[in-house]
Amino acid sequence: MNNERNKEPLLTCQSLCLAYENREIIHELSFALRPGECLCVVGENGTGKSTLLKALLGLKKPSEGRIVFGGGLTQRGIGYLPQQTPVQKDFPAAVGEVVRSGLLHETGVRPWYTKAQRCRARERMDQMGIAGLEKRCFRELSGGQQQRVLLARALCATQQLLLLDEPAAGLDPLAARELSHIIAELHREQGIAVILVTHDVHSVLAQADLVLHLAVGGERFLGALADYPAHPLGQTFLASDPCGENSRSEPEQDNISNGKAGAGI
Amino acid sequence: MTCTLAVFRISGMISLAAGAGEWFRWLTFPFLRRALLVGVLVTLCAALLGVTLVLRRFSMIGDGLSHIGFGALSVAAALHWAPMPVAIPAVILAAFLLLRGSERGLLRGDAAVALLSTSCLAVGVLAVSLGGGSNIDLMNYMFGSILSLGPEDVWLSLGVSALVLVLFLWTYHRIFAVTFDETFARATGARASLHQLLLAVLTALTVVLGMRMMGTLLISSLVIFPALIAMRVCKSFRAVTVCAAAVSVLCFLVGFALSCLLPRGLPTGATIVATDLAAFALFALAGRLRARTRVH
Repeated sequence: MNNERNKEPLLTCQSLCLAYENREIIHELSFALRPGECLCVVGENGTGKSTLLKALLGLKKPSEGRIVFGGGLTQRGIGYLPQQTPVQKDFPAAVGEVVRSGLLHETGVRPWYTKAQRCRARERMDQMGIAGLEKRCFRELSGGQQQRVLLARALCATQQLLLLDEPAAGLDPLAARELSHIIAELHREQGIAVILVTHDVHSVLAQADLVLHLAVGGERFLGALADYPAHPLGQTFLASDPCGENSRSEPEQDNISNGKAGAGI
Repeated sequence: MTCTLAVFRISGMISLAAGAGEWFRWLTFPFLRRALLVGVLVTLCAALLGVTLVLRRFSMIGDGLSHIGFGALSVAAALHWAPMPVAIPAVILAAFLLLRGSERGLLRGDAAVALLSTSCLAVGVLAVSLGGGSNIDLMNYMFGSILSLGPEDVWLSLGVSALVLVLFLWTYHRIFAVTFDETFARATGARASLHQLLLAVLTALTVVLGMRMMGTLLISSLVIFPALIAMRVCKSFRAVTVCAAAVSVLCFLVGFALSCLLPRGLPTGATIVATDLAAFALFALAGRLRARTRVH
């Protein structure tokens, strides 16, 4: 972990303020994310989670403060997994086409993908266990498979930082758990840093190194996972686990220790 | 029985041959050659642009733009100005405002299109009537007059379609990315607003060109039908694009030939749309059958 602390942060927010038409949503937020760390962003709707994501992706300009990238990461090199849009529900797209679109930022003015790029897209599909689906139509896949396709696309765009916006939204519990395992694996075994926006208590406990909890009225918690349960916001959030205490007994402890170990790789 | 069938077959072949002969004789007329060339180019462009417009839920844009073009053309005619230099910038501006407006929420998508298109239609009708235009002018604007295309229309459509084809092929992967997931594309550095502007300009040019041929009321069918037809059976973006382009040109040729060759002389624009509709029904049926065989 000390080793981790010495690494140059991939991303640093310095007194970041975000506002819509003079209404400030996030006030003076400062944090640093180092390679291999996982930051979980939780909070109710309307507290600025999506706005923060937009700012990190460069789609929303901060009203004050700034976001600095380091360690070889640029804003364009973030692997983003957005929430699905209604347009995608009946969009005729082959899985291969969707995954390859993650490579667009490196094609420049060239109007086609090179052989090496196509190979890389195929590797990412292999990694996500969707290699056999390359020619299948995206809209005909199950929710879990669709998320894996979009995750493969995000991985085409990055090898350093994944930004996941409620990846388990709309998935059945089994698919959600599978996806959560895949994300944990990417984080732990490949040392990819993750910013995860979620409502799922289990994912937070299993994966987070840092937690950012945004609450209504500007109140927030930002700190290590270990300090979170003692904080009033943490107590409310952790008590909201719909599966009750049992679901976060053993695996939670295991995963937390694994997560920490993974962060040190 | 076999004999009757054979007679039918032979007479069918004779009439087909006669039709083809007639067709080739007709092709010696320059106005027909022009109509054919402009028609093929415009349908091809409209189909390619239509795929992304339909998928992004902008199907009504073509219709709205043609009404705006009608207003601009009528005003230009009433004031004795050259029609194209007035109509083209007006429609480009409108296209840009409509595509952009749907983002900003100034007037939400369909409401904005409906408001603008009906207003422009009214302005156009008033301009024709006040400018002393006849009902024939109005009919030509409304339903098009493919056989009255001049050499300048040919040059304009050659230029526009070359531009659309080159830009479409050049930015094909970007068009896919922005259409499928605009937020992701923007996050990875695609300049989505530039694409929006490009899409607006190309759509506007295609619609203005197509209006002369199909008329204000029918041009949007060339934008919408091919994409919808292709989407019935195709499962990938590339397949939809190729199929839409091929089907639209084929439907145009069939519709155009039918309108010229049938003894009553059917109106061209309407015959082309009817052919598109028939193709849509056919492809929808094929799509259903395919889905059913997959289930079984």
